[in-house]
Amino acid sequence: MLASVTVPLTLLGLLEREPSHGYDLKRDYDTYFGRGKPLAFGQVYATLGRLARDGKVSGGEAEPGAGPDRKPYAITPLGSREFDTWLSQPIEPEPHLQTVLFSKVVLALMLGRPAENYLDAQRGAHVQRMRELTEIKRTGGLMDTLLADHGLFHLEADLRWIDVTSARLTALAEMVRDS
Amino acid sequence: MTSPNLLAQRSRGFLVQAKDICLSFGNTRALTGASLSVTSGEILAVMGPSGSGKSTLLHCLAGIFTPERGEVWFDGERLDTLSDSRRTELRRTAFGFVFQFGQLVPELTVADNIALPLLLNRAGRKAAYARANAWLPRLELDGLGGRRTGELSGGQAQRVALARALVAKPKVLFADEPTGSLDTLTGELVMDLLVSLAREEGTTVILVTHDARVAAYADREVMVRDGKVINRAEIQVEVSP
Repeated sequence: MLASVTVPLTLLGLLEREPSHGYDLKRDYDTYFGRGKPLAFGQVYATLGRLARDGKVSGGEAEPGAGPDRKPYAITPLGSREFDTWLSQPIEPEPHLQTVLFSKVVLALMLGRPAENYLDAQRGAHVQRMRELTEIKRTGGLMDTLLADHGLFHLEADLRWIDVTSARLTALAEMVRDS
Repeated sequence: MTSPNLLAQRSRGFLVQAKDICLSFGNTRALTGASLSVTSGEILAVMGPSGSGKSTLLHCLAGIFTPERGEVWFDGERLDTLSDSRRTELRRTAFGFVFQFGQLVPELTVADNIALPLLLNRAGRKAAYARANAWLPRLELDGLGGRRTGELSGGQAQRVALARALVAKPKVLFADEPTGSLDTLTGELVMDLLVSLAREEGTTVILVTHDARVAAYADREVMVRDGKVINRAEIQVEVSP
């Protein structure tokens, strides 16, 4: 599931395609972005309410009929600009794993602990996660493949860092000891 | 009569085993006490940096190299002390091989290449080609049986190599960087087929790769470093109380 911060922007994107009811937005969100964790109706309507309050969507007249709220929503020029800005800006790279692992490796070397074992254990955990994602790719549809690929390439990048760091451990240990 | 060793090997379910094997090339120590056990039907990835000894280990397990010390076992039989002729026979009948490239005969057709192991095993020509041609649709190579392998794309050539490696129903498929020369998507297709076919045929796979995305297709992975095998289960990480 997408991080909660992106839900309003994702709903704006779905409305950029065409005006929709809350029910249809939820259905499309769950289909493309939910990945087994559907959006609650309450969150859909609360989000649409905030977007309407901020002038990013406009709500039409409720249509008659039973069932969920049948009010159609449309994106406004302000909402459209915000969505375009979000879409065109690269997201911030997230080097958090390397930071945590870097700290572990340096501390392990400082304390005479088995840094190589920490890296090996992390490598094992990464490959295990990659195995799970690969199985999702092998048994799922194209949407699952795209999402799994995203995770796989990120994990692979981490692994390359782990491998290079493993190869540099001796030099790193000397530097840590000498400093 | 079944030997105690054979019984012990089979009771543990190991099809392939290396016990503390060492091998040097000149002054270079490639394997320095490598041990490994592979169960029947398992798909194992052997990972490690360049020069770690992973390909040398594969060649020892397949009976291509003979270790200077230690033991190699296959299906209850000690491989490293067998005669050359018996090892050659095993490689022809019980093992299949896929390498990074250069394994097909470019002047021969796709069907010729796939049928080759069967013909070497003295299968009748008609039966050999019938079996070879039956592999074409399984590897999405329909209609390419008459094409010379020198005219194939890299991905097509690796799929032919895979068919040739599996056509004689080997017990073990040894694969050394089988997708190393392919782009990402083509490599995935080859790995997907390799794993699916190995499972269908019940073939044990020992796969050498430096690529974690390829290793992720395996049931289990081990690391080779400085000529030794490091099993994940053996990695001890101290946990603070």
